Amino acid sequence: MSAYLPHTADDIAGMLAAIGVPSIDALFGQVPERLRERARLDLPAGLSEPDLRARLGALAARNVDAEASAVFLGAGVYPHASPAVVDHIMQRSEFATAYTPYQPEVSQGTLQAIFEFQTFVALLMGMEVANASMYDGASATAEAILMARRALPGRRVVCLARSLHPHYRQVVVTYVQALDDVEIRELPWGPDGRTDTSSIAADASNLLCIVAGHPNVFGVLEDLPTLARVAHAAGGMFVTATTEPLALAVVRSPGACDVDVATGEGQSFGLPVSYGGPGVGLFATRDRLVRSMPGRVVGETVDANGRRGYVLTLATREQHIRRERATSNICTNQGLCSLAVTVYLSMLGRHGLRQLAARNFASAHRVAGLLADAGVAPVFGSPFFNEFTIRVPNAVDVWERLARDEGIVAGLPLGRWYPELADVLLLCVTEVHGERQIARLVEMLRAALPAARAKA
Amino acid sequence: MHDEPLIFERGSRGRMAWEVAGGADAAVELPPELRREDDLAGFPEVGELEVLRHFLRLSQWNYSAATTMYPLGSCTMKYNPVVNEHVARLSGFASLHPLVPESMAQGAMALLAELEDWLKAVSGLDAVALQPAAGAQGELLGMLLVRAYHVDRGSPRRRVLIPASAHGTNPASSALCGYGVTEVPVGERGTLEAERVAAVMSDDVAALMVTNPNTLGLFEDEIERVAAIVHERGGLVYMDGANMNALMGVARPGDMGVDVMQFNLHKTFSTPHGGGGPGAGPVAVRATLADYLPTPRLVRTKQGFRWDESAAKSVGRVRSFYGNFGILVRALAYMLRLGGPGLRDVTRYAVLNANYIRARLRGAYHLAYETPSMHECVLSDRIQQGNGVQTMDIAKRLLDYGFYAPTIYFPLVVKGALMIEPTETESRETLEEFITAMQAIADEARTQPELVRAAPHTTRVGRLDETRAARRPVLRWKPGAQPPAPAKEN
Amino acid sequence: MNVPKELRYTKDHEWVRVEGDAGVVGITDFAQDSLGDVVFVELPAVGTKLAQGATFGVVESNKSVSDLFAPVGGEVIAVNTRLVEQPELVNQAPYGDGWMIRLRVGAAGELAALMDAQTYQAHVESEHRG
Repeated sequence: MSAYLPHTADDIAGMLAAIGVPSIDALFGQVPERLRERARLDLPAGLSEPDLRARLGALAARNVDAEASAVFLGAGVYPHASPAVVDHIMQRSEFATAYTPYQPEVSQGTLQAIFEFQTFVALLMGMEVANASMYDGASATAEAILMARRALPGRRVVCLARSLHPHYRQVVVTYVQALDDVEIRELPWGPDGRTDTSSIAADASNLLCIVAGHPNVFGVLEDLPTLARVAHAAGGMFVTATTEPLALAVVRSPGACDVDVATGEGQSFGLPVSYGGPGVGLFATRDRLVRSMPGRVVGETVDANGRRGYVLTLATREQHIRRERATSNICTNQGLCSLAVTVYLSMLGRHGLRQLAARNFASAHRVAGLLADAGVAPVFGSPFFNEFTIRVPNAVDVWERLARDEGIVAGLPLGRWYPELADVLLLCVTEVHGERQIARLVEMLRAALPAARAKA
Repeated sequence: MHDEPLIFERGSRGRMAWEVAGGADAAVELPPELRREDDLAGFPEVGELEVLRHFLRLSQWNYSAATTMYPLGSCTMKYNPVVNEHVARLSGFASLHPLVPESMAQGAMALLAELEDWLKAVSGLDAVALQPAAGAQGELLGMLLVRAYHVDRGSPRRRVLIPASAHGTNPASSALCGYGVTEVPVGERGTLEAERVAAVMSDDVAALMVTNPNTLGLFEDEIERVAAIVHERGGLVYMDGANMNALMGVARPGDMGVDVMQFNLHKTFSTPHGGGGPGAGPVAVRATLADYLPTPRLVRTKQGFRWDESAAKSVGRVRSFYGNFGILVRALAYMLRLGGPGLRDVTRYAVLNANYIRARLRGAYHLAYETPSMHECVLSDRIQQGNGVQTMDIAKRLLDYGFYAPTIYFPLVVKGALMIEPTETESRETLEEFITAMQAIADEARTQPELVRAAPHTTRVGRLDETRAARRPVLRWKPGAQPPAPAKEN
Repeated sequence: MNVPKELRYTKDHEWVRVEGDAGVVGITDFAQDSLGDVVFVELPAVGTKLAQGATFGVVESNKSVSDLFAPVGGEVIAVNTRLVEQPELVNQAPYGDGWMIRLRVGAAGELAALMDAQTYQAHVESEHRG
């Protein structure tokens, strides 16, 4: 008997009789015999549940135990503590095993939760409206560009800040590769680590949009009002992408900086890092652009008794109706992940979120200060939130040695993403990093210096 | 069932659920132009029990696959094993950062390699990419691979053939790749006919997109001939793998002539639907397309696993990092638990269950096609229309009987379609309950049509005014908004 | 089903009312009834030049989307901006306040090729039966 399959011999016999066929095989008569012969699955027999847990437990044990080690990594997904309530709700079968809420009368739980999610995202981003989420921050950014293209037909140049996370830039390139009316250009960063727009002429009638990370990949907070001004002066749109949305609890919102579309990654809010996925893409914009907004969206309405309820709405933008003229091909949001974000932000709330952001800011700045005192120089002097870059000669060797010998992952060597930054490490410090781990990090990096410098 | 307002309508000024050590005193020193302009006004100020109670109450308003049968055609709402939730949450998986040194992530990489192997075996194809975050994204990737293949050969081609019965993502994904769509009409039996494909196949067609079984639940028995016709003119065959639940151990896409396909792990391989996601849409390809697979590729060496981003012909990155890893863990756990023999049984019982429902309901409801069904069957409201009862009404009335509705009005080629996919994890008794409910509704349509037309009657809310929602969109709560007055009860 | 006698019709269920050298265009009573509640209408900019049969916009209901086809060629000289806030006018008064665009008609001969009320009525009845 295979797992999860309830059929008994009696069940099968009774059902075959009702159908009027002699065997289950007879139900596959439409399938040519030569296909059936070749389809025998050469795969091992099934495991019992305890054996399954042991098997996967062994695989899990072969990965670093981040709770024991000191892993100072961000760079797109961020380690944060999640309240127990969040996972408890995510494990409620009524949420986890529900389908997309196409029958709203029996999906009000999911629908109201999404409406609350949309509200949270709009509030956080300082924008008027948000959708029910996208796959991840990178695809949300790509979709924002596609939306700008719909809003400004005829304009073709997308200026991507090079300081935008490389995965985001790469996904954008993938999404537009088949469109012959879009041209990607990169904007360099200046000595302060912020995007330099001097290459954009004020009368650049071809500009579709400027896209910048905020904070950017270096952890640096960009000068959004200036970027917005340059984009709008040329008649284009301004899109931001926020990999660490916790920053927005204490940093000026994209909406208040004249951004047209604010995207981001919601993983920080209640989702584990989980080797990079699943995550949840955040997408917020202005009311005037709502009919062009991709993805699902939930709206408020009433039933015949005047009872407030929620439904999927503006569906005619979507693939199941517009087919080849859809605003995108998306037919999922990240349902359960957006629920986690909603529960998390409810738990943290107005005060907890600001406190958490303040704690992150303080921890990261303290570490940056300790490292500077120890002779590990910062790369950029601009304001940052909980990620920053330091210059360490032979960064890759140092990084590998600290990981191998000391169990410390000292951030990310940026040389793999930016060849000219081969001696730079990107460090992230959050509330999960304790005093002892921080002290060890500082000590190990300081100790690595003379030897590293000698080799350089 | 309890009532429950928006979380924003709960709470009290100053209330907190979560204090952060060192957070209250920490000063955030930022230049004025970078400081947050508000103090998060509008964010809730609620306690922990309020939060828990709020979301638990909301959960009670949902039907879910765990609590009731969800016969949604093409969605494969099978049981989502609870043990998979445990294994995905193992600390070695959940706390693993994607950018740690590869030597520290060998367990995760081994898991992904094993999942690739299982998907190769099921598909009969040569290489797999696990990154796409959903079936639709897998489909987009599949079409980008098609495009890269033709561009590489110097003949880009501009059109894609899609059957009229196809899911809407098929033409949407094609359009995103710059292709024009030529619709192939469906034959009288509901399946693709080789002559009709031959009539529209040309050197300008990059690919035929096919679903097998198709969206009517019928096996495309001319698929090998159709694939040959497409291949002969240099085109590729893309298969939408949404209906793989009907094929495991029965037919492999690679053997049918398929060159590229996407899987939906949240359908065939039991990962939970989550109210709309997250899913995963891995893609499998024939060796001729392997060079174009997205970055990074998982490489097996004698020293272990590593990630390779150097493939020159890759279409690029489709998702940050490596894909929806937590979902991939659940899918592999499911496969390991079932094993090869188990997956064969899954298909056998899925098809048995669908045919049982078809045999028992075909008198009460119009059966759209006589062609044998596989894992789902398509009925319609043709008989009930005589009493003014539509598919929508039948679906809503089924909610009163405690079942979720089947897929309605899809596929478009059947007017008033009711597409029923019970899946293999429903017992005979549950199927009997469903059949009884459907028969009762058919009776009601004859004897009390107004009752059916006004359904649902017992759900938390009645039919909602979707027109109002679309004409005057209210897509969020705003600070200062008044909570609604209590609804008038009947 | 209302099919005013003085109008001309297309097989895609648009109507034209001739007013001098201009034509006012909308969708028929049959069309609005088939669509259901109209939630949104997308119309072209004033000044747009259309060929006969070209798509000039889109009408959306909750469940479907339909292209709008120009019954005759010409230049758009006015657009019913009331439909932005009140798309329901298309359902309530498809031949009156639910009008969509006004065209300066290009070739007068194209009008002659359109159906009259009787022919259109027959067309709808045969389509419905099929």
